Formats: sequence, C-alpha cells, structure tokens
Amino acid sequence: MPELHFLHSHLWAKGYRQYSYRRRLSMHNSIVLVKQVPDTTNISGQVMKEDGTVNRAKLPAIFNFEDKVALEFALRIKDECGGKVTAVTMGPPRASDVLRECLYMGADEAYLITDRKFAGADTLATSYVLSEAIKKIGDYDFVFAGRQAIDGDTAQVGPQTAEKLDIPQITYAEEILQIKDNSVRVRRKIDGGYEILECKLPVLMTVLKDAAEPRPFGAKRVMAYKGAKSLLELEKMAEGNSLLYIDKLVYEYKSRSLFIPTLTADDLHIDVARCGIKGSPTKVYAIESVVLGGSEPVKIDNTRAGMLSLIDTLMEDRILG
Amino acid sequence: MPNYFLDNPDVLFHFNNLDLKEVVALAEDNYAQAKEFNYAPVNYEDAMENYRKVLEVTGDLAGNYIAPRAAGVDDEGATLTDGHVSYARGTRKNVQELSQADLMGLILPRKYGGLNFPFTIYMMITETLGRADASLMNIYGLQDIGDTIRKFGTEEQRQEFLPRISTGEHTGAMALTEPDAGSDLQAVKLQAHQNEEGKWFLRGVKRFITNGNAQLLLVLARSEQGTKDGRGLSLFACYGDSTVKIRRIENKLGIHGSPTCELQFNDTPAQLIGSRKFGLIKYAMDLMHRARMGVAAQALGISQAAYQEALKYARERRQFGKAICDIPMVANMLIDMRVMLESNRSLFYSGATCVDKKEKLEDLIEKRKARDESVSEEIARLKQITKIANLLTPIIKYVLSESANKITYDALQIHGGTGYMREFHVEQLARDARITNIYEGTSQLQIVAASGGVMNDVLGDRFDEKERREYKGGLTKLADHLKEIRQLFLASLKYVTEKKDNSFQEVAAKELVEMYSYLHVGYLLMEEAEVDPRKIFIANRYIVTALANARKNTEAIKSELFADLMHAEKILQ
Repeated sequence: MPELHFLHSHLWAKGYRQYSYRRRLSMHNSIVLVKQVPDTTNISGQVMKEDGTVNRAKLPAIFNFEDKVALEFALRIKDECGGKVTAVTMGPPRASDVLRECLYMGADEAYLITDRKFAGADTLATSYVLSEAIKKIGDYDFVFAGRQAIDGDTAQVGPQTAEKLDIPQITYAEEILQIKDNSVRVRRKIDGGYEILECKLPVLMTVLKDAAEPRPFGAKRVMAYKGAKSLLELEKMAEGNSLLYIDKLVYEYKSRSLFIPTLTADDLHIDVARCGIKGSPTKVYAIESVVLGGSEPVKIDNTRAGMLSLIDTLMEDRILG
Repeated sequence: MPNYFLDNPDVLFHFNNLDLKEVVALAEDNYAQAKEFNYAPVNYEDAMENYRKVLEVTGDLAGNYIAPRAAGVDDEGATLTDGHVSYARGTRKNVQELSQADLMGLILPRKYGGLNFPFTIYMMITETLGRADASLMNIYGLQDIGDTIRKFGTEEQRQEFLPRISTGEHTGAMALTEPDAGSDLQAVKLQAHQNEEGKWFLRGVKRFITNGNAQLLLVLARSEQGTKDGRGLSLFACYGDSTVKIRRIENKLGIHGSPTCELQFNDTPAQLIGSRKFGLIKYAMDLMHRARMGVAAQALGISQAAYQEALKYARERRQFGKAICDIPMVANMLIDMRVMLESNRSLFYSGATCVDKKEKLEDLIEKRKARDESVSEEIARLKQITKIANLLTPIIKYVLSESANKITYDALQIHGGTGYMREFHVEQLARDARITNIYEGTSQLQIVAASGGVMNDVLGDRFDEKERREYKGGLTKLADHLKEIRQLFLASLKYVTEKKDNSFQEVAAKELVEMYSYLHVGYLLMEEAEVDPRKIFIANRYIVTALANARKNTEAIKSELFADLMHAEKILQ
C-alpha cells in the first residue's frame, strides 16, 4: 500500500497539521457505521460457552478496527471538503464507549441505536434498523462502514444497508481518488487486482483494513468529550440519585454538547417484527472449532502439465470450481 | 496491543500517588478557563482525569504505533540531501500522529493552542515516548523552547511562535553548542548584529544541534561585541529559512531518528528574546534545566524498554533445562535492574513535581507583580524550592542517564550472543542510551552542578525530619541504615571541606553527590514502602546497596584515593 495516498494527505508528511486549500467543493456529510466487538485477538480460556456461542462478558469490548478506518475516510472528507461526520452504532448501552471514541477521533455527533427489541439481530435485522436510523438522521452524501466486524466476519451489514436505503454501494474500497460535487471515484479491491469505479452520491462504501491508518485520538477532544453520555447512561445516573432529574440532565448535557443522541424502536417508527431475534432468519445450527492442519509441501513442475494437475487437485478438494 | 502507560504498574503507581493540587490550582487559575475551553478542567479531580486520559492516549500511541516503527527509524535514520534534512519515514509518521493527538503543545497555554499541562505530566509523557523510540523524544521534547518564549518573550512573540508549535506545524531546536563552545557555553562566538532600524541578524556556525532542521530555532549569540564571557550573550528566535544552511548532519552511534545538524547562519533575521546579556545566564540555563529533565525522562524510558526486553527474553530463553530467569545470577541482575528503574522513577518524579512547583510559583509571582500585589511570601518560598530543584535536576540527570547505560548493558548481557545482533532490539537501546549521559551536560558537569547544593546540605532539614520519624516494623532497620549513610556523608563532607584542596574536592564531589542521592531516594522509597508493601523489597535492596556504596565512597575519600591527582602527569606519561 502506498503510505500516503488520499487527497491532500501527502501534506501531512511535511508535518503540517492544518493546510490551506481552496474550497472548490461543496460540503459533504458522512454517516459512519461502527460496531463494538469482543476483542478476539486476546482470547483466553473461558470465552466460549458450552453451547458454542461467544461469552461476550469475558472478552474486552473494542472498536472494530475496520470501522475505525471507515471513520478515518469520513474525517478525511471532512478535512478536505468540510461537512459533518456522524457516527452510528446499534448495540447495547455499553456501546456508548465506541461512540465516545468516535468523538475523540473527530466525529461531530454520535448516535446510539438501542432497544431490547433489537437484541439478537442477524445481519438482515441489523441492516434494517440501521437503514431506518440513517433515514431518520438524513442529509448525507456518504455512508461508510468497515468491510466486516471481527466477531461475525459476515461482511453483509454494509451491503444490505445500502440495498435498503436504495443507494449504490462500493465494497472493499481501498482509496478515494476524486470527489466531485455529485460523484466520487474510488479504487476497490477485487481478486487479483483492483478496479476503479465512479459513482453518484449518495453512496455507501465498505472499506478495507489497510486502506487508511486511523488517526489517533486528539487530546483536546478526549478531554472535552470524556464525559459525553447517552440517554441510557443519564437515566442510570438519575436512577441512582434522587436529586437528579432526567430532563434536567439531558438539557444540561445537550447544552454542553455532551449528549449522545439515543434512538429506540419507538423513535424510529419501525416494524418491530423485522427487528432483533424476531426479524432474524439466521439461526445458528452449531459452532465447532476447526483446526486447520498443514500437510507436506507438494512440488509442482513449472510446466503446463504441472499446472493442470494442480488445478485438478484443487477442484477435487473443492477449493476451486 | 500494549499500552505503554497502562502496562506499566510503576508509572501508574506514581501517577496515582501524585499530589499536584497546588500546581494544578496555580496553573488553572481556579479553573476559570473551563468557561472558555471545553477541554479545560472544572476542578482538580477533573484535571487529573484529563491527564490520565491523555496518558492513556499517549500510551496507546507509544506502544502500538511508535514502538513498532522504532527499528525502521533506527535503520533509515534522518538524511541530508541538498541541504535539506528528511526524517526517517517512521519519524515523520510519529510527528504527524503526535500533532494529530494534540501533544506537541502540551505545556503551552490554551490561548496559544496548547493543553496547559503540568511539567510533571509532560515528563510522564516524555518517559512513555522515550520508551517507544528514544530518538523521537528529542523532537518531541523541543516543544519546550515554546515555554522559554512564553516566559521571556513578548506577547507578540508568543502569538507569532507558539500556536504553530502547538499544532506541530513547527518543531523547535535550541542552538547553543558551537565547535569551540560545548560544555563551556560562555565561549559562544556566533555574532548577533543590529542594523540601523534595530533589527537583529545572526552570523556564524553552530554544531551538534539536535533537530537543527527545525522551523523555529532559539539561538544563543554574542550580541555584545568585544565581550568574551557569558554576560555578552543573548538569546534569539529565528526561523530555519534559506539563510540557515545545514552543512552536515552527524553519523551517530544511536538516536538515528534525531538529526544532529551543523548550521551556518548567514545574516539570519532574528528576534531578541527577553533582555540583552541574559541569554546564557538566565534564559538558556532555564531552558537547559528543563531539557536535562527531558533527557532524564528519555533515559528512564530507554531503561524501561531494556528491562522489559531482558525480562521477556529471560523468561522465554531456556538453557540447562530451565528458563534463564530461574538461574539465580540472572534473576539477581533482573532484580537489580528493576530496583534501579523503580528507585530512579521515584527520584525523577520527586524532582519533576519540585520543578513544577517552582515554575508555577515563578508564574504566580510575575502575575502578582503585574497587579502590584505583594510577593514577598512567594519569593521566600520560591527561593527555597529553587534550591531544591536546582539540586535535584542535575542529580536526576546524572543518576538516570548513568543507570540507563547500566541497565541497557545488563539487558544486552542477559540476551547473550543474540543481544549483540542487530535483529534484537536491545542493541539499539544500548546505543541510544549512550548519549544520555553526554548531552545536555555530561555526567561530570551534572556533578559540578549538584555539588554546590550537596556541600551546603540543602536537604539537611528534610533529612533531620525524616530521621526523627518512626517507621513500622521491617522498615526500622532500613531507617537505621539511612542514618548511617547520613553519618558517612557528613563525615566525608567534613573531611573534604577541611582538606581545602580544590582538585580533591572536585573529584570527591562525585562520591558526595552519590551519597546525597542515596539519602534522598532512600527516604522516598521508605515512604512508598509504607503505601505499598511490595515496595519494601525495592526499598530494602536499594538502601542495603546504598549503604555498601556509601561505605565505599567514604573509604575512597578518607583514604585519600584522589591524592595522586597532583602526580597525574607522571602517571599518565
């Protein structure tokens, strides 16, 4: 990967934090879909339950890395064109953690989409809720998401959300080559190479891990937003203290720009039957741990016959075809 | 995903036990800035929470981004092409990320884009970064020139120079050293001359200038023609524009990421900082005191990195059917390293908080003076605390940089033959450590700087007070040891003073300074041992070792070990 490749980012190499440019483009707003995932890189003994599902409580929850890359894409567009970056996550109340991290990185606003009715959602139900939330938030030119989350590895939520929003999608994006007022040119990865696409806005893009290095949290933003709270967190505060009133708290947090807007099923006016476990046709039949074993290396002659025999072997093993 | 703040229990111990109440209250002016800046703290707890959060961000950056690039930075190094210095790719990325993380103006006031952090936290961040990449600390630490401009420059100068330091757009350099003015800065020759309009220009050569390719330079220059000593020198700020020619960069043993430049100033336009003639005696000394703390933080960071490498290797490497860390001689080396690290950290943060208080008091006095308020009480306090800060700073620089060499040396030794190979990180650490007891004043100069305070027994009252206290159970024995070290010190001091031999005194100063540091650190560790039982181990090994060394030092003095100095010529013929 080229180290610095996006728009004016080469200027960073000279150590410039802020650079001047002529604003030729209209502002572009982005919505970024982010997810809090269990940290599967630090797996210890007790993380699998007996039924084969993941015991999330045993794993530290982290910001899905590719979603951080997605946020970096959005922030670079904001650096370049201006506009607003809004982070959105659907998850349990504790998912507010990743939303605060989005604010630390540079997001202007962060929405928590949460409801007990959303629990147990598969990709279909998740993308339904997310698409409704995006419609509600509105006013966007880009929707960014990581290619996939490290807990499910399905890579389906992004594409399904685009379908439901009825907007074009570009998956496996590696680089934004050019942005115009109403269109974007993007390089995306394909098997064995890349392709360059141009597409009208608004568009949903899923991005790859190596496509950009997410910027570090800004100290000023960390200090400013460390106390940002979602409605649920404020409710909890109010519950534990009879001197606090939730309406006052919300007002206070809003006035200090520390409120994480929270959307529930009621706020979104959506079909509850399509949400959560009810709306999820995916049923996990079983989970097994598969250990991939290596075998002896095979030497293949660098001849046509050698290649053909390799292809035959791969087809027999159902790796190809 | 190592976080170099959160994975270091000793740094956390110090952070959790910091008492910065007075410092923060002074720095935050009763938390009035919170109205203007959404990232300013609203009270002390909020401030500490801010520092903790920012240390976490730094720890993540250091452990997961900067450290993995360190070997590449060492390999590639900074380069000079056509008079233009390029940082190694890793360094560029590091500086960019430090800027994005708002860390380049950590200690500068908020109105100039900074974070207004206390010096102590700045030092903690410096230590953390030094652990990840020692050479990066040099560039990062030079934001400190901004503090010199803040203190001694005019408001226009502050507005001109500081905001771009805060954003990281400008890095800094302090151009003091010249070919014939190294340790002896009074010999600086670079000329500053004025035109008819009173504008200043610089002409001459500076050598060994760390980050001399910086956009903003503070230059020590001779403004008073015909003078020969330090009182003819003034401090100037200038841009690293086309009149500043980079003639060469040095090919160094270590800290390859930090370019060391030879600069030629060809009538470079410059601005006088503060008053004429105070360049060395006031401003450069002030800057150097803090820079010495920065180098000590760098040394501490390198030491931490080397210790971790050694421990990890000793746990993994198996010989004679067991991990080598289970071999008593190796375990003993590791414990020595760990004790040295932790005792050094205690010494360091005791000094950092002291410097912090001193700086904040100075600011307070300036403010009060401006409002025509009485400052006599503050000045008395400042005098006392300055004495201690000026004693602890050189002791810290001396002890921590020498320790960094010892710790990296032993860490390499524990690696055996592999440690000597470039593939392992530890050899880089040993090379990087080697400069820390040379630059910003050699160890020998630190001894000279500390000896005044030691000979005057500046901490005497403090030690008296500690000796009168009672300690719990197991610590009584250690308290007695410290009392014995005190007696040894006082007897040696008496011997040296009464001998009235300057050369003898100069050499014996090392022995005396060391003994004094044992007392100061010993009592710090006693206090820590009362808070955390694990620290009893640290205090015990430190104080028992200190007692043995104090006896040795006393013996060297009393048996006239250095009396043969007068025969140096014959011995060295």
